[in-house]
Amino acid sequence: MLWKSAEYSGWGRALTATGEIARPERMAGLEAALAGGLVPAIGMRRSYGDAALNSGGRVVDMSRLDRMLAFDPATGILEAEAGVRIGDIAAAFAPRGFLPPVMPGTGFATIGGCIAQDVHGKNHHSAGSFAQHVLSLRLRQAGGTIEVTPGGRTAELFRATAGGLGQTGIILSARLRLMPARGDIMMVTERRVAGWDQFLALLDASTATYSVGWIDATARGGGLGRGILEEGETGTGLVPRRDRFRKVPFNAPQFALSAPVVRAFNTAYYRRVPESGRTVVKPISDFFFPLDRIHDWNRLYGRRGFHQFQCVVPVAGAPALRAMLETIAASGLASPLAVLKRMGPGRAGHLSFPMEGYTLAVDFPNRAEARELIKRLEDMTLAAQGRLYFAKDSLARGADIRAMYPEVPAWQKAVAKADPEGRLATDMVRRLGLRTAR
Amino acid sequence: MNTAANETWIILGASSAMARAFARRVAADGAAVLLCGRDAGDLAAQAADCRLRGASEAEALAFEARDPSTFAPVIDRAAGREGRINAAVFVGSMPPQAAIDADPALLDGVVADSHTGPARFLHMLAPLIEARGGGTIVGLGSVAGDRGRLGNYVYGSAKAGFATYLSGLRNRLGRAGGHVVTVKPGFVDTAMTWGLPGMFLVASPETVADDILRAVRRRRNVIYTPFFWRYIMLVIRHIPETVFKRMRI
Repeated sequence: MLWKSAEYSGWGRALTATGEIARPERMAGLEAALAGGLVPAIGMRRSYGDAALNSGGRVVDMSRLDRMLAFDPATGILEAEAGVRIGDIAAAFAPRGFLPPVMPGTGFATIGGCIAQDVHGKNHHSAGSFAQHVLSLRLRQAGGTIEVTPGGRTAELFRATAGGLGQTGIILSARLRLMPARGDIMMVTERRVAGWDQFLALLDASTATYSVGWIDATARGGGLGRGILEEGETGTGLVPRRDRFRKVPFNAPQFALSAPVVRAFNTAYYRRVPESGRTVVKPISDFFFPLDRIHDWNRLYGRRGFHQFQCVVPVAGAPALRAMLETIAASGLASPLAVLKRMGPGRAGHLSFPMEGYTLAVDFPNRAEARELIKRLEDMTLAAQGRLYFAKDSLARGADIRAMYPEVPAWQKAVAKADPEGRLATDMVRRLGLRTAR
Repeated sequence: MNTAANETWIILGASSAMARAFARRVAADGAAVLLCGRDAGDLAAQAADCRLRGASEAEALAFEARDPSTFAPVIDRAAGREGRINAAVFVGSMPPQAAIDADPALLDGVVADSHTGPARFLHMLAPLIEARGGGTIVGLGSVAGDRGRLGNYVYGSAKAGFATYLSGLRNRLGRAGGHVVTVKPGFVDTAMTWGLPGMFLVASPETVADDILRAVRRRRNVIYTPFFWRYIMLVIRHIPETVFKRMRI
């Protein structure tokens, strides 16, 4: 059957949609699915909220259109279909000395999704965002397929497509420049960070290619902002490979992530790294995609799912970020997953998330108190002239988003031209009034 | 596998999800792959993909189970290569039983796609495997071939016929050092089962490909994948016909 009726959700599982899904395995199958007109494209649904949902409508799942098409070792340029996973590229090319230039926190993200969210990685401060490494992409629009490049006549369309939530057309394939890597292992230096001020100082001073901070979002008072700084470089050598995956077989009960459990876990996790720090060697996938080894880890949050709050604030907004962390710690609602990172200015599209500053990401179980808390954090983000990340969002209000993203009008203009009938609108786009509101 | 670089895998029905997953696995081991099927554009993309994932060589070739004139060029191509020749047969078609009931002429196509076409191809290939003193054939049967059921007995009977053919071929090629693995998948998450009602315990094509590769290395004869289908089918095969004929499963 071409179309399957299903209920599906984003990674956070708090929002769901019911509608028809086609999952073509060949381009001919994609064309058959689009015979009745364009529909939004989805990938591995690793966006947390409703970016990949279309309630009551149709979507086309691109995850089986996942072939790597061409590679030139002289330039590092790879052409690949939109459904190829970032982790597959890393696995295939790291032994040959190349890596995707930007890798998000999960290797299951597809190329199409990485472009549509203009994702960033642990090297954003030096490498910029994903779509900055895209040399061209093929976009299927109502009138046919066109090639879009960051420069030249399609530059504006490219800016509307990079981070553009799939609203300009269906990304079929892309050419991106891979980055030379020394090999397929990571040398990772881990050290304890005692508190907030030290964390910012260390992140600012870090010269590592890859850096990321885990933060104990339950610690308060003098321990506020304590955590672990990880800095990584690629290298060569042999490390034991773990091919076996673990799986979370069922929805966890609510107490699994209750405040005392999380506090105890976080303390143990913090102490795991010796006081003097340590350097460990691990497979690249363990460093870049630490949670991918546990399939379906989102089930740990139970049937009701969870929300991730992620914001970025400018460097001058650091005190506001500290205030957010205080609010989070005082609430006792945080899960162990909390990340702090320094961002550079790199971004490729009108709706790209990054800005020079600091980004904080924290998971919360889907409960009324957590939703209230996230609303407060969103207000604080807006006041600090920061912004929220579409890949994670499921709760934001449209007016806030438009205030955070001054280029929305320019994006709307390009999108109105690219998809005049509005066929590519998703639940997220409708919830935020992204295409229509002024 | 160090020997994989000297091996060639002929893959029939190479555009199917299971075939694609299997081709990627042997490509990653460094084998050469001849990807055979009808959609030339798709196969060209897949050949590029296999090369980038490590295949020593990857080529797209035209193959149509209902047109035996397409068989010899594939076999000639394989014969021109050094080393061990293997083949994996993923062709088959399963139109809804109701469509066949409405138009019995469809039956011929199902049997050609799932049984007589691939069997004739393998019969043409067998002397080459004997001449090289080894080589493995992977043939896809189906749990549907273990018992004729109301829902898809035309497809099931074609797969049963093919499984019997594979059994005989195993008997023959074993004498020359060759081997035949019969694979009986249960429900697999492919375009064929997408959106069908009544699917349960659905396996990914990658899981099936891993199971097949393990069976090839261990020279297993008949495998069910995922493994538990062996027990499900053991039960179903042992239901007395007087009871079974009244059942709707």
